[in-house]
Amino acid sequence: MSYLEYNVKTVPAGLRKVLYVNWPLIVLLTAVAAVGFLMLYSVAGGRIGVWAEPQMKRFAVGIVGMLMIGFVPIWFWRNVSALAYLGALALLAAVALFGEEGKGAQRWLDIGPVRLQPSELMKVGLVMMLAAYYDWLDIRRTSRPLWVLIPLLLILVPTFLVLKQPDLGTAILLVAGGGIVMFIAGVSWWYFGTVIALVAGLVFGVLESRGTDWQLIEDYQFRRIDTFLDPGSDPLGAGYNISQAQIALGSGGWGGKGFMQGTQSRLNFLPEKHTDFIFTTLAEEFGFVGAISLLSLYALILFFCFASAMANRDRYSALLTYGVAATFFLFFAVNMAMITGLMPVVGVPLPLVSYGGTAMIILLGAFGLVQSAHIHRPR
Amino acid sequence: MRRSPRDAQESARRIGRRAMVLGGAQAAAMAVLALRMRHLQVDQADQFRLLADENSIKIRLLPPARGLILDRNGALLAGNEQNYRITITAEDAGDVEAVLSRLARLLPLTPEDLERTRREIARRSPTLPITVADRISWADFSAVAVNAPALPGITTEVGLSRAYPLGADLAHVLGYVGPVSDYDLSKLDDPDPLLQIPRFQIGKVGAEARLEAELRGRAGTRRIEVNATGRVMRELDRKDGEPGAVIQTTLDHRLQNYVQARLGADSAAAVVIDVTSGDILAINSAPSFDPNMFVRGISGPEYRALTEHDHRPLADKSVQGAYPPGSTFKMVVALAALEAGVIRADETVYCRGFTELGNRRFHCWKSGGHGHMDMTRSLEQSCDVYYYEIAQRTGIDRVSAMARRLGIGMRFDLPMSAVSEGLAPDRDWKQRKYGKGWLVGDTLNAGIGQGFVLASPLQLAVMSARIATGLAVEPRLIRAIGGAEVAAAPPPSLGLNEDHLRAVRRGMIQVSNSQRGTAYSSRVVDETMRMAAKTGTSQVRNISAAERARGVTRNEQLPWERRDHALFVCYAPAEAPRIAVSVVVEHGGGGSTAAGPVARDIMLQALAGGLPPIEAYPESQRNRIEAERRALPLLPPEPPGGGKSRA
Repeated sequence: MSYLEYNVKTVPAGLRKVLYVNWPLIVLLTAVAAVGFLMLYSVAGGRIGVWAEPQMKRFAVGIVGMLMIGFVPIWFWRNVSALAYLGALALLAAVALFGEEGKGAQRWLDIGPVRLQPSELMKVGLVMMLAAYYDWLDIRRTSRPLWVLIPLLLILVPTFLVLKQPDLGTAILLVAGGGIVMFIAGVSWWYFGTVIALVAGLVFGVLESRGTDWQLIEDYQFRRIDTFLDPGSDPLGAGYNISQAQIALGSGGWGGKGFMQGTQSRLNFLPEKHTDFIFTTLAEEFGFVGAISLLSLYALILFFCFASAMANRDRYSALLTYGVAATFFLFFAVNMAMITGLMPVVGVPLPLVSYGGTAMIILLGAFGLVQSAHIHRPR
Repeated sequence: MRRSPRDAQESARRIGRRAMVLGGAQAAAMAVLALRMRHLQVDQADQFRLLADENSIKIRLLPPARGLILDRNGALLAGNEQNYRITITAEDAGDVEAVLSRLARLLPLTPEDLERTRREIARRSPTLPITVADRISWADFSAVAVNAPALPGITTEVGLSRAYPLGADLAHVLGYVGPVSDYDLSKLDDPDPLLQIPRFQIGKVGAEARLEAELRGRAGTRRIEVNATGRVMRELDRKDGEPGAVIQTTLDHRLQNYVQARLGADSAAAVVIDVTSGDILAINSAPSFDPNMFVRGISGPEYRALTEHDHRPLADKSVQGAYPPGSTFKMVVALAALEAGVIRADETVYCRGFTELGNRRFHCWKSGGHGHMDMTRSLEQSCDVYYYEIAQRTGIDRVSAMARRLGIGMRFDLPMSAVSEGLAPDRDWKQRKYGKGWLVGDTLNAGIGQGFVLASPLQLAVMSARIATGLAVEPRLIRAIGGAEVAAAPPPSLGLNEDHLRAVRRGMIQVSNSQRGTAYSSRVVDETMRMAAKTGTSQVRNISAAERARGVTRNEQLPWERRDHALFVCYAPAEAPRIAVSVVVEHGGGGSTAAGPVARDIMLQALAGGLPPIEAYPESQRNRIEAERRALPLLPPEPPGGGKSRA
């Protein structure tokens, strides 16, 4: 379906759009963000100005941005999808050339007052691009090899650039996110089976490449894999993050140590306590109950996205919504899996909770697209 | 693109199907996450909680304040003063050398200080604070505190450090504290964790060492939360330790000060005791040293100066010194003879200047002889021949038994270092010690307190007190511990015949009150403070025949270390004794000239509770005495109403 097929009269216009906004989604996003404010206040030792306040301001900007994006008709976004993707790709390339180094990785781009992380932008751009591609593609060709190769390249080119930064976490998210959109779009199971087999082979290859001159990933990434497999082997060195995170998590117990009472996080035993590892503080201070509550909030966000997508007969809207939801899922699932020791440590923040410059605004922008799809769905 | 309705339906159906699969997979992943959290947070919570506590909670010891030592009136003898010190924690410092060199620009640090710090850092855990500089001035302390940001790992601390306000006056009796050494640790079987604190101060000698258990107190603990770098974030709880017990001694700090000043630079010792309670009012050894030097950490040259000094300032001669008591032993022999019934007090012995034993002559100090001597006169003039005679009649075993009854050859349990037992020799002892039989000549020598007999100044003071009272007075140094009086039973009687005692006392009174008495020049003219006394001069060695041939016949002509010891014992007031004093001046020459005047001054000071009226002294001596008094470096007079103010 294209906008030409819409019965324009049934699509809300002007201020009436406010009534059609997916309000439960906004409430849930705000609730998750509020948890984030609380935790940022706590890890800053009860100071609001350090992390919580900038985060609140960013959230406000993000919500306004989300509504603005949401009020723009979805067909506009579909038409600019390719542009968004190419723009993000150009920025990624620019980062590789002029980017600013931070913590040993080149991820940032300074554009005037804004410090931009193009890889964040690419997560949304890729989902938009793939959704637009599959909307354009005749569904009968979906599983034809040539038509599978094109989205594969669309995914792998930015992934390659991100890996070069190097940012393994984002690379995994891009591949997985793009793959999920392809999966939803209906690409044959066989391809996925093949890819999984290939990935297994690749993992083997990567591990084999260690120490050779064609080594595929960085040493620090190897070490992270090592410590993931056996965190106890070096509890004060590379395994420190994992050990301390699990101590924080476990010591929270059923009900937690109480707000601002987490010893692990407040006493700096935790690394990156306000960004990637903020979940440990939540789990330490509010225990299993708090952790499950946040997980439930995330699950509800997914649920409302899925519900919106299910009810949407527009292929682009549905694919986009699933894609955004899947990216969001990957964010928090990878982060939580990493902290609970189910996955090696990769730098993935907890969406809407971790302190992060562009990540939150871009994520809310992505939910703006979901809102646009929701508001402008064919009725 | 525009699709046919069939395609559109097919698309929606396919998307819906795949979405169900995706949603299912996501739900499964979330379930796995939830189960994992449950596993960590519920099933293994206790284990992790323990780990978290170990991570962040540390126990630090709070060193207790060391118990104060007071004099009998509550004046402070040993206290604690605030001590500013600088410590370095190697781990926080990072570049230790750079930090130390920056610190050295702020503080007057000696190369030894720096060397010692480096050694300690190398030896101990990098997380332990090491003291760089101790007892620094407030100015230096604040200079470091202000520059703290430029000195990572450097901490300024205020601790307590031992201080002896009277310095050298009580150095021997109190001893001193010092940082616990590895040697101490190896020697002590003491599990007290306090000893593990670097440079924790423990008693090293004297009362500080002997009363360590009471003075140390119990460590408090502080549970603190530290962050990952070991910095203290907050205190969780604090169990204050118990400060060490306050110990009240029997000493009188003013008298102690006076005695020390009066002994001056001589190598001497003096003991002042209360004749009925046995309370030691003053116990001094001279020359002395400043115990604060040891607390601070004594330097090599300072220490060498003390150990190489021929007057041995570090030795506590008052209890460690064992001297032949010389003529001060004659009361023992007299009492032994009277009790044995081998002589009556009014019986006389003829002195012709010597007595012969076989082919050996035993000389009296007065070569012309004293003529007929009864007991009183023999004491008064210290006739040796009389005592050769009665010692021989009594026999060494009975003499020594009497010596022990009066305290010589007995170890008194005082909390001081190396308290000497002295020696009251008898036949068994000589057999055991030398494998030789006792000779009559040994008895004769013992009869005048020479030969094998040895007594410490403390024992001589106790002997005087026992003769003065007839009671088995025990010396004591500690009056109260932690506010609880140390029980002192009234001393039992010695069981000596009161007539015999009176005869001996009569002789002692004559010594310093009769014109012919050996200590007449040390008499007291004030009737209420008259002394009973006995002089003693004990030979370090005989003047050799070679020396005699060179014309050396007088003590003063000998080198200092070979001159006689001068001894003096006394109690007063003669009619109602309160105080007993013993004075030994090593290599001082005659007891009457070197020790007597000192003992008299001390006695009068003790009786008067301050400087005695000059009228107590014979008129002819008053000018000299007053001049001597002015020259003494004494404490400033007590402020009115004061006394406890310093405690």
